[in-house]
Amino acid sequence: MEIGRRSFLSFIIGGAAGTAISPLPWKLIDDSSIWSQNWPWTPVPPDGEYSQSNSVCTLCPGGCGITVRKVDDRAVKIEGMKGHPVNDGGICVMGLSGLQLLYGPTRVKTPLKRAGKRGEGKWEKISWDEAISDVTKKLAEIRSKGESHAVGSIVNSDSGTVPNLFKRFLTAYGSPNFMTMPSMQDSYNMTMLLMQGVSAQVGFDAENADFILSFGSGIIDGWGSPVRMFKANSAWKVNGKKVVQIESRLSNTAAKSDKWIPIKPGTEAALALGIANVIIMESLYNRENIESQSGFDAFKELVLNEYSTDNVSSITGINSATIVSLAKNFAQASKPLAICGKGQGSTPGSLNEFMAVHALNALVGNINKEGGVWAVSESDYIKWPELEMDSIAESGMQKERIDGAGSEYPHAKSLLNRLAEVINSGDGSLGALFVSDANPLYSMPDSKALNTAFDSIPFVVSFSSYMDETASNSDLILPNHVYLERYEDVPTPGGLQKNVIGLTKPVVTPQFNTKNVGDSIILIAKALGGSIADAFPWDSYDACLKETLGDKWDVLEENGFWSDSDSKVATGEFNFYPDAMKSLSSFSSVSIEGSTISYPLVLIPYDSIRLANGYIGDPPFVIKTVEDTVLKGKTACVEINPKTGKELGLTEGRYAFIHTPRGKAKVKVHLYEGIMPGIVALPRGLGHTAYDKYLAGKGCNFNELIGPAEDPISGLDAAWGIRARLTKI
Amino acid sequence: MKEEGKHKKAKKYGMVINLDECTGCGACMVACMAENNVPFREDESNKLDSIAWMRVYKLTNGKSYPEADICYLPRPCMHCEGDHGHSPCVSVCPATATDYNYETGIVSQIYTRCFGCRYCMAACPYHARYFNWWDPVWPEGSTKYLSPNVSPRMRGVVEKCSFCFHRYQLAMDKAYLEGRTVLEEDEYQTSCTQACPAGAITFGDLNNPEHKVHQLAKPDNKHGGRPGNPNVFRLLERLGTNPKVYYMSSREWVRQAGDNYIDNEDFAKNYRH
Repeated sequence: MEIGRRSFLSFIIGGAAGTAISPLPWKLIDDSSIWSQNWPWTPVPPDGEYSQSNSVCTLCPGGCGITVRKVDDRAVKIEGMKGHPVNDGGICVMGLSGLQLLYGPTRVKTPLKRAGKRGEGKWEKISWDEAISDVTKKLAEIRSKGESHAVGSIVNSDSGTVPNLFKRFLTAYGSPNFMTMPSMQDSYNMTMLLMQGVSAQVGFDAENADFILSFGSGIIDGWGSPVRMFKANSAWKVNGKKVVQIESRLSNTAAKSDKWIPIKPGTEAALALGIANVIIMESLYNRENIESQSGFDAFKELVLNEYSTDNVSSITGINSATIVSLAKNFAQASKPLAICGKGQGSTPGSLNEFMAVHALNALVGNINKEGGVWAVSESDYIKWPELEMDSIAESGMQKERIDGAGSEYPHAKSLLNRLAEVINSGDGSLGALFVSDANPLYSMPDSKALNTAFDSIPFVVSFSSYMDETASNSDLILPNHVYLERYEDVPTPGGLQKNVIGLTKPVVTPQFNTKNVGDSIILIAKALGGSIADAFPWDSYDACLKETLGDKWDVLEENGFWSDSDSKVATGEFNFYPDAMKSLSSFSSVSIEGSTISYPLVLIPYDSIRLANGYIGDPPFVIKTVEDTVLKGKTACVEINPKTGKELGLTEGRYAFIHTPRGKAKVKVHLYEGIMPGIVALPRGLGHTAYDKYLAGKGCNFNELIGPAEDPISGLDAAWGIRARLTKI
Repeated sequence: MKEEGKHKKAKKYGMVINLDECTGCGACMVACMAENNVPFREDESNKLDSIAWMRVYKLTNGKSYPEADICYLPRPCMHCEGDHGHSPCVSVCPATATDYNYETGIVSQIYTRCFGCRYCMAACPYHARYFNWWDPVWPEGSTKYLSPNVSPRMRGVVEKCSFCFHRYQLAMDKAYLEGRTVLEEDEYQTSCTQACPAGAITFGDLNNPEHKVHQLAKPDNKHGGRPGNPNVFRLLERLGTNPKVYYMSSREWVRQAGDNYIDNEDFAKNYRH
């Protein structure tokens, strides 16, 4: 047969049609897709016996109760614990993601000793014996040279048994340099001390307040004990209570409040005093009770002379009528409550602001009242025997602290914000540094300067469970168990008006070759011998904890928490006008770095509950929830007002550089109508260099762009922003 | 058992989300991911392919500073009933991989039946469905926290919110063992509802007047489940998808954002039709 054009085409088309009609190609496609779907790397989670275990979350200081669901010995889900006095079943994004930290790739699995240069990422695995003896040798050497005071430690807070073990260790060893990570609690504690003469933790009876005046506090952005505040916020909504939010950016808190009043950032203290002015002028306070209190006359003179409504209006940029009506509404509410501490309260802030806001609370008479501010005496369950110091320890403890707390700034307990400058300017040095439950190289302002300071500390020991920025820049890592693997007490979360102590429990057995940091300290102390060993009579951390908690142990072991039946109030005489307030006689905002000519804009940070900015960074689930207008690819977005964008020729989604006197970073522009023109806002919690690939290298770290500004009274960091410039790429 | 079932009124599980209380914290999203073994990748900032059964959207009122306002809107699968179970996705699925369960009103997704044509994704007006473009990869050791109640999905299939159907099954198993056929309201709650720290999500049987969801939404079953509460609305109501997720807001601009309107249309008059 001749193959012509016609028969050729018939053959091709007929063949194609025949193949298509036959099941063969479809069967092959189907088979190959089923085959590829069954590739063995799609895991099949094994079933087993189900159980539940109650514990406490320690990923932030919030102290929420958690219930962990288990299948055999695997923890598979974390949920909020029902009936817990802090969170009653609620839980946040971080708490829910705890298992990604427990089983995740960022764990430090065994003690590590630096093998390459510091920060290079080369490690040698060592045994626990070797790790403890390395630390002991170094510490004995420093001590024998009479330089015991050159050893410091940085921990997350100063309450609870683990921080107190560190403190006790340093005291017995002979160093006053016990440092803690700063937060708004420091400023509140100092306010309590200066205005009420008490050493107490601040508590807010938020649930019972009916008018909440928030000076930039991120009530639903992670301020205080986050889940508790979420719950309080919902209760306010249901019961028709009013919330007024004062800040320059429409945060989630501002959007959910009843009224958002934008303010020139840094002028909050002036507004508080302006409100006090209206209250006094219009006699909206209880004259009989308030006027007899000490310092009131001087306070009255101050607000009447300096903080007239017109004056405050020009300082804050809020119109006079708004100030007057705000003051009236606040004073006439039956249970008004004023709070401060910007965002999540992770920086201490200006003490003037805290005192002015606290005076406002006192003026409406809500100190230690239902719905008001409480001075809560800390639960004093840690009653360890007095330790005996040897001569070296005694002389070491006589030395001044490296950060100037207690000397230059007499009221301060710890001023970690000053450490970088003291070391870098050669005014002081450390021979060894312990870091536990903290990540200062990421979360301290001007983290680059602190990094430089760390370079000159010859021996840095990290007790981190994770390979965070500080751990990766240390010489030795003695990894702690994760909170789901260990016993530890959780002291009363900040902002609660009564004491609630929690207990974390080993929900699962330790997954790796790690050790409770408490045990590590006890072992080091015992190895050093002498009076240091004598100060630690316990066989193990668990024994120490059990003894310390005494009769609370059984309750804690069973329920996971122990709470005071009612508030323990620290009472002292209120003083409206402590000496420290004299600096308010003419208002000036805490000045921020940079000249207005080279840096025409103001950069402020903002906090989001979806971005953790403390010791622990976002686990994969949490970073996944971050919006694409906050983080896109590897670039963080800055928020600017469309007006500012127009002036700078920047449109939505454009890449730009942000320059500040401290640093420069590539950012993406997000035009946002909820921000004051002239201001640039950058989220905290991005720009990690450590942790896993899901977090590292994404966005820029706000702390690299800002420097600390020392508060003239407290010495704490009072920086609320920095001047900045945006340039097109 | 069968005899009893005959007389039992069909359940219609649904949700009411209070947008005044929702803080946009994202706990519902993570609670869902942790409960349902949802995978994650290095970069999740392309939200079109970032698998989130529950996604929280940010709405803006479109006004300038300082009148600007924002509101968060959590979006699970709406479990549309459509007209007698003809939800948009169920009607188009050629593999019967997604089905409408008349007993509970839940729209299922059966991964092993799905062959990835993504017709359902095109049909879903809520972008509630996600395609597994890649094989799920958990970092070393992380498969330990995977829950045996929900099978991890493989590349090439579509997944979506199931109203935590496995929780319904577990609760029903427990009830049967105890000789009951009816669940108490709190026996079956989704992971997101349970986690929400603001208590903004209410979940239950919309057909049961005892349940809070019924009392909040006041659904009118004769008119496609239309809400009887004037502050309650559903997304894209006018499409007639008859979704079982209701939203509640005291702000008119938020309620208005739930549907599309032509210019100068009288919102107050039309928004519930």
